[in-house]
Amino acid sequence: MLPEIPILRLGKVYQSLDLQDVKAVATGEPVAKVSFANDGLVKSDLRRMDEARDVLRKVPCQELLDITTRAGEIFLNDTLPLGADGSTQSPDDYLAQLAATSGLPHTLIRMNMQRLGNIFGQVGTILQGLTRGLDLSVLDKGYGEQMGVPVSFNAVTNCLGVIMPSNSPAVNALWIPSIAMKIPVVIKPGREEPWTPWRVIQSFIKAGCPPEAFSYYPTSHEGSGAIIRRAGRVMLFGDDSTVAQHANDPRIEVHGSGRSKILIGEDKIENWRDYLDVLVESVSANSGRSCINTSTIVVPKYADEIAKAVAEALVDMRPLATDDPAAKLSGFANPKFAEWISEAIDGDLESGGAIDVSATIRPDERYQTRDGMHYLLPTITRCKSFEDPLANKEYLFPFASVVELDQASMLDQIGPSLVVTAITEDQDWITRLLECPDIDRLNVGPHPTNRVQWNQPHEGNLFEFLYRRRAIQVAV
Amino acid sequence: MITESEANDQLDAHLREMVAWHFSPETGCPFWLDWAAKQDWDPRDKIQTFADINLFPHFQDEWLRDEKNERFVPKGFGNRPFNIFETGGTTGLPKQRIGWDDYKTDYEMFSDQLEDEFFPRGANWMMVGPTGPRRLRLAIEHLANHRGGSCYFVDMDPRWVKKLIARKQIDEVERYAKHVVDQAVEILKHRDIQCLFTTPRILEAIGERTSVPGLGIKGVFCGGTTMTPQAVRFWVEEVLEGKARLVPTYGNTLMGLACSVPLDETYSVTYYAPQPRAVLRVVDSKQTDRIVDHGEYGRVELTTLTKEFFMPRFLERDEAIRRKPHAPYPWDGVGDVRPFGALEKKIIEGVY
Repeated sequence: MLPEIPILRLGKVYQSLDLQDVKAVATGEPVAKVSFANDGLVKSDLRRMDEARDVLRKVPCQELLDITTRAGEIFLNDTLPLGADGSTQSPDDYLAQLAATSGLPHTLIRMNMQRLGNIFGQVGTILQGLTRGLDLSVLDKGYGEQMGVPVSFNAVTNCLGVIMPSNSPAVNALWIPSIAMKIPVVIKPGREEPWTPWRVIQSFIKAGCPPEAFSYYPTSHEGSGAIIRRAGRVMLFGDDSTVAQHANDPRIEVHGSGRSKILIGEDKIENWRDYLDVLVESVSANSGRSCINTSTIVVPKYADEIAKAVAEALVDMRPLATDDPAAKLSGFANPKFAEWISEAIDGDLESGGAIDVSATIRPDERYQTRDGMHYLLPTITRCKSFEDPLANKEYLFPFASVVELDQASMLDQIGPSLVVTAITEDQDWITRLLECPDIDRLNVGPHPTNRVQWNQPHEGNLFEFLYRRRAIQVAV
Repeated sequence: MITESEANDQLDAHLREMVAWHFSPETGCPFWLDWAAKQDWDPRDKIQTFADINLFPHFQDEWLRDEKNERFVPKGFGNRPFNIFETGGTTGLPKQRIGWDDYKTDYEMFSDQLEDEFFPRGANWMMVGPTGPRRLRLAIEHLANHRGGSCYFVDMDPRWVKKLIARKQIDEVERYAKHVVDQAVEILKHRDIQCLFTTPRILEAIGERTSVPGLGIKGVFCGGTTMTPQAVRFWVEEVLEGKARLVPTYGNTLMGLACSVPLDETYSVTYYAPQPRAVLRVVDSKQTDRIVDHGEYGRVELTTLTKEFFMPRFLERDEAIRRKPHAPYPWDGVGDVRPFGALEKKIIEGVY
């Protein structure tokens, strides 16, 4: 009997008549059924979000933080409700189910699970970072003092709509702090990944969070559209066209391509071999599926040598059985995606003149299949300049381009970059890096781009996205 | 209720009568008489039972755009002026069907299926949907009048909405929907109206604004788009709050109106054509002279058989499940209708 994951309507379980299969990548066999919400139902519930917000608003922030911390332990360790039919999910079940439908190997899921589990316990610190040390009782009372100055914050929305991707479970970390900020969430899970948001929600509920805080709608494009158009604030994951589409809408925070980069300064380039581990981890951690993975390495010299060294370091990253403890490479949930990406890279290699350095080292083609799954082997290309179409591309597997450029020109050419790790001690250049408007997150020194401290803003400050500071004068 | 066998006999007799009418030089229309003149068989001889309908080719709706309307006037109607009704058409000349009394007959037959408890005799109606050159506008008003009431109208132009959707101007679609719903809610609030015809999208939008039963609406006759069981359940349980009756229908300018049997707990909607005036079959989309088995999906094929209009084997742009006869209809139905190829391609349907 397959588990049937229901809809949650302000915390209430609802079973749709429209049940859709979530299928295993390798076999095409259904692993679960999800209740699909019609868009009218989603719209109807969005009109009731004041009720959810009212319930959450009455719970003190500190209590919500305690709940969040407990939820992290529960997420990692407990057996939780899964289907409306009474079926449950242990941590091992979660791992197996997510592996089956996402193509992620067990090792990566464990890593993501641990990372996500740890986030819950850090939400207090995250809020301190995002609010710059605000006494959270200000959110309980509505106003208070900070550094001797009156402060008041009001929520600009009664819910946070979240349109989830399917590519990496850890991205759920981005919405988890919303609960401690007393803002209910309206989540549309990724098609191949209903598991993680559901498990996070169940963890919160078991930890004592009011269920009304959670609405969960597996739904169609129209249902997603209803959330995007009607929720007061929306967190959305998408490609460049999605980013462009919503660029001028302050309600919507789009998490698009990261185009994260590592820049090595002229002062450090002679020692580039010392940073090889940082380069390799940044490109390949989490199978290169995240926006914080490095997709371009920019160096003032030795580009050929660096490209070859990174490609060689990744050559052993190959498809293995998903439960193999050594598996690091993830398959694609949608096999057409793997084919399309590989063809696109070949097209750009042909038109731009870049070299696929990995192809000169590995014995096999980039596109591989194993056990019914579809893979792309790590690919490092050597581009002559940022003019090359591959120089600033980001793909959902370990892929990076190496570009040689004099240090003085780098910041003019890198373009918008979610994370930049600059390996340098050159103070003048560090000053220029700090001033560079194209860099969202800056690491100075040999810090892998994929290691993120969540107590600092990530693609926008969630607190400032959900709350607005207002002036307040209280005479009584 | 008549038996399936009696219904078949009735259909065959009606078919012979209609073929005789449309293919006799004294009563037929130029279009079909010219067509018959080019064949080496006479429909009046060969068409004896409905199985013989496959001798005709599939009716092409382009003919309703390319041919002059006058060529579809049966001589039996003499010089009596006709109504012109349009169907579809976002660009260029729309397809047109002419008619005289069919819409009245169709909707009087439909009226017989409505329950007085939910569509009270003498109650006023409101239509919120495509009016303009459509048959529906006159038909709904006639339905209201036939049942002793009057009808209020709010227009919605689906051609404009289709263009907006094609251009991905979804915000503009929402503004237009609001404009339509504003007008409807205003009238519903201030006039005594108990019966509503509208499209599912507009019904939802009205329900977002206010309680539909709270406005005094007892019955809603709805049509125009895919109605999945989940969506129907949502309309019944939440938009109509389990208080007002939802009557889904399937119809268009070329057919008339197919009624649904009362909904059960599956909320799956099955429509039954107004036989013998129109016949719906579910055919294999790759071999359209083969009817699919009961329970299978296939393309919807419509044959219209009235003195005003003869249209054999028109392939609708819909697919459906072939369903077994269900009282009071002793003939096959079409269930869970959705746009043809809905699983393979994106279809602009958001208008309704």
